[in-house]
Amino acid sequence: MTFPSHPLSSLPDTWRGQAAPPLADGETVCAWVELDLDTDLHYAQGILVLTETRLLAGSPAGWTGWPLREGLRLALSDHAGVVTLELVTSHERQALWRTTMAQHAGAVRLAEQFDRQREALAEGGTAARLAPACPRCHAPLPPGEKHCPACEADAPVADKEWALLRLRRFARPYRGRLLAGFILTILSTAATLVPPYLTMPLMDDVLIPFQNGKPIDYGLATLYLSGLLGAALVAWVLGWSRTYILAWVSERIGADLRTTAYEHLQQLSLEYFGGKRTGDLMARIGNETDRICVFLSLHLLDFATDVLMILMTAGILVSIDPWLALVTLLPLPFIAWLIHLVRDKLRHGFEKVDRNWAEITNVLADTIPGIRVVKAFAQEKREVARFREANNHNLAVNDKVNTVWSMFSPTVILLTEIGLLVVWIFGIWQIANHHISVGVLAAFLAYISRFYLRLDSMSRIVSVTQKAAAGAKRIFDILDRVSSVPEPANPVPLAHVEGRIQIRDAAFRYGTRAVLRGIDLDIQPGEMIGLVGHSGSGKSTLVNLICRFYDVSQGSIMVDGVDIRSLSIPEYRHNIGVVLQEPFLFFGTVAENIAYGKPDASREEIVAAARAAHAHEFILRLPHGYDSLVGERGQALSGGERQRISIARALLIDPRILILDEATSSVDTSTEQEIQKALDNLVQGRTTIAVAHRLSTLRRADRLVVLDRGRIVEQGRHEELIAKGGAYYRLHLAQTRQLDPPGSDSNWDGDDEEQA
Amino acid sequence: MTTGFPYTLSRNAFGKLIYTPADGSPPEEVVPVRAFPIHAESEDISLVGPGGHEVAWISNLADLPDEARDLVREELNHREFMPEIQRIVGVSGYVTPTTWTVKTNRGEARLWLKSEQDIRRISMSKLLISDGHGVHFLIRDLERLDRTSRRILDRFL
Repeated sequence: MTFPSHPLSSLPDTWRGQAAPPLADGETVCAWVELDLDTDLHYAQGILVLTETRLLAGSPAGWTGWPLREGLRLALSDHAGVVTLELVTSHERQALWRTTMAQHAGAVRLAEQFDRQREALAEGGTAARLAPACPRCHAPLPPGEKHCPACEADAPVADKEWALLRLRRFARPYRGRLLAGFILTILSTAATLVPPYLTMPLMDDVLIPFQNGKPIDYGLATLYLSGLLGAALVAWVLGWSRTYILAWVSERIGADLRTTAYEHLQQLSLEYFGGKRTGDLMARIGNETDRICVFLSLHLLDFATDVLMILMTAGILVSIDPWLALVTLLPLPFIAWLIHLVRDKLRHGFEKVDRNWAEITNVLADTIPGIRVVKAFAQEKREVARFREANNHNLAVNDKVNTVWSMFSPTVILLTEIGLLVVWIFGIWQIANHHISVGVLAAFLAYISRFYLRLDSMSRIVSVTQKAAAGAKRIFDILDRVSSVPEPANPVPLAHVEGRIQIRDAAFRYGTRAVLRGIDLDIQPGEMIGLVGHSGSGKSTLVNLICRFYDVSQGSIMVDGVDIRSLSIPEYRHNIGVVLQEPFLFFGTVAENIAYGKPDASREEIVAAARAAHAHEFILRLPHGYDSLVGERGQALSGGERQRISIARALLIDPRILILDEATSSVDTSTEQEIQKALDNLVQGRTTIAVAHRLSTLRRADRLVVLDRGRIVEQGRHEELIAKGGAYYRLHLAQTRQLDPPGSDSNWDGDDEEQA
Repeated sequence: MTTGFPYTLSRNAFGKLIYTPADGSPPEEVVPVRAFPIHAESEDISLVGPGGHEVAWISNLADLPDEARDLVREELNHREFMPEIQRIVGVSGYVTPTTWTVKTNRGEARLWLKSEQDIRRISMSKLLISDGHGVHFLIRDLERLDRTSRRILDRFL
């Protein structure tokens, strides 16, 4: 790589300019990080710059330097969103800096470069520089890339206010029908405008002459009247076909939107689901898409018709009498202004209503699954109060919106009446001056009574558009979300998986909390590893990383020497079998549940898997054998039975890598033995990673890995670790003495008949 | 020396807090942790040792001898970071993700709000906002914000 020629050119602008650090000849910037806090944790600007020989700290007040020497260490730690950098010698702290997590990547890089230079200094050589990194987020740039892909992905996507316009992507497949619908709309609208036009000659040529003493010309009257009937019939047929076609299209757009949103949701990582509440997601995919669909098929269609009608009417009116037309159309700008005024207020109101609605759904989604706890602690009243509070909040918000909304329609009606009055006054005056005929005024009044009527319904479009736009925005919130576990653009093909797993310096943080740090682990094909440690030590997280439910924040995980991030996710997961603590059964038959990971499995395969999982016999005892319905609303199965079905499920896909995440924790000891037999079949010849709280379940493990607070503290065989007398020994001691109730024999409800 | 108090606190050359029991047991490095950082600022503080185990419990800072109290308070100020929003100066947009400029008790800061759901209501008047970078901003009393801030906030609630 070529390093910028100017020694400071890599620094951010503010620090390169007026406050350049005093560099000696030949000294260049090797790494830097901007600091946004001072040592007292107040927001302030600062920077740390590492050169070949010194560490420089800059603040608006000036620069301080520390020459690099042996024994000097730069320690990095973080807590609650704050990163602390400490410069320490073996006996004291020399300096301390703090910054927020926004600068964490830069701080890590600086510390890493510092370590390299310190080591080089000790050996008397010069340190290699780290690969070039993005100046904004400090993530290393992929080779050959000039721009950081992560930062570019963060760049704001198209203006989200225009969420409704973005729906056109879903309209594209139905272009032809949409065009047909549009032409039909124009024609049918035109047809509805014929009858008022006919009132003019009917009045002037038939009725007025009759009043003046001439007999009625029945032929002419019949002609005009049949014209009226004909126009009405044509309008009826056209309107019907238009509505049918456009409703057909909008229904499909709504369905596509719903499926796309759900499809996208399925692609998102567990991290997304961890941060969202079920009720809210259900509301978004269910209600919002429906709202958009209704908007497209009803309101938007009406609105388009109205606009066309107004334009055509205006054209006709002007062609009949420009002056009268001008007076008639005068209230239009007022109404437009009024609509605009209310528009903003209503939209925010409706967004609020939506959010509140989600809040109510959330209360339901929270309490209904937890109903056993609610009842056990007799807190029904409290939960009702909570629901009432959410509901009252909803009421308050709706009341506020309705205050504006309720005033809106009557105001439009009032304006309509005033407009009619103006036309009457002007019309009478014009007739008195013999400028227009009575027929013209009659036609005008016929037109504008329709016209204003439409304006009233048009004003309604404001609220429905805002509602639909709010809904579309919430849908696009999901669609715009990029999975934090991205599918690689060019996945490395995965032929036959051996099952060798190598974890290199892996770290993972959840939000600001570092859950795993510096994990190095090699697992041989076919080896069984037992992960042990206190709860919260990071066992399950490590397993989640291996399954790629999350991506490592640092370091890498390789399977057969290939980084799992470069493998296709579905292909990779087909090679992993997972048995979880809480086996989840979907609503369906036992056979379908066993074949969940391989829907095309034959009956023989399913039965073989069930036999191996020791589930065959109890399944035969069920009233409909393998065809019994289980899952929600289905047959009640005990915890052990459900667990054995989930083991059969994992066995059926014949995975090379097997994950047992506390597979036996939620059952009693006798059931556990039954499950253990099933597991022994499952483990054979596969790379297995078993997480267990109860150490006894790991007796078959080739190696035990002890985790403590996110680090590997010990590994080895049971006997070795016992002999060592370290962390494992203490865990073992605690359990054999029954000092550690969770996970020991205290789980006496495992045999409960429980719904899945 | 404070008389009768079961331990003393001091700061070592690394700037760490050292807990020395009066009964002659070996001293330990400790970190003060607020048990209820939002609800109780100067009560219910735990002194936690290097292994994550609790060394001492302070139910009220006022119970400590003066110098120890100052040390704990200083350490907490340097450790617990939860800026309190005093005023919302401006927002980059009303559609998330959005960046707010806020005035806090820790100076002016930028808050990157990823989604409306990152604003959590703790009680009727208390809000906790998690910024996209992991900093938690606290609004201690909604009623005490000025009108502009409240109006901005209202759009997100």
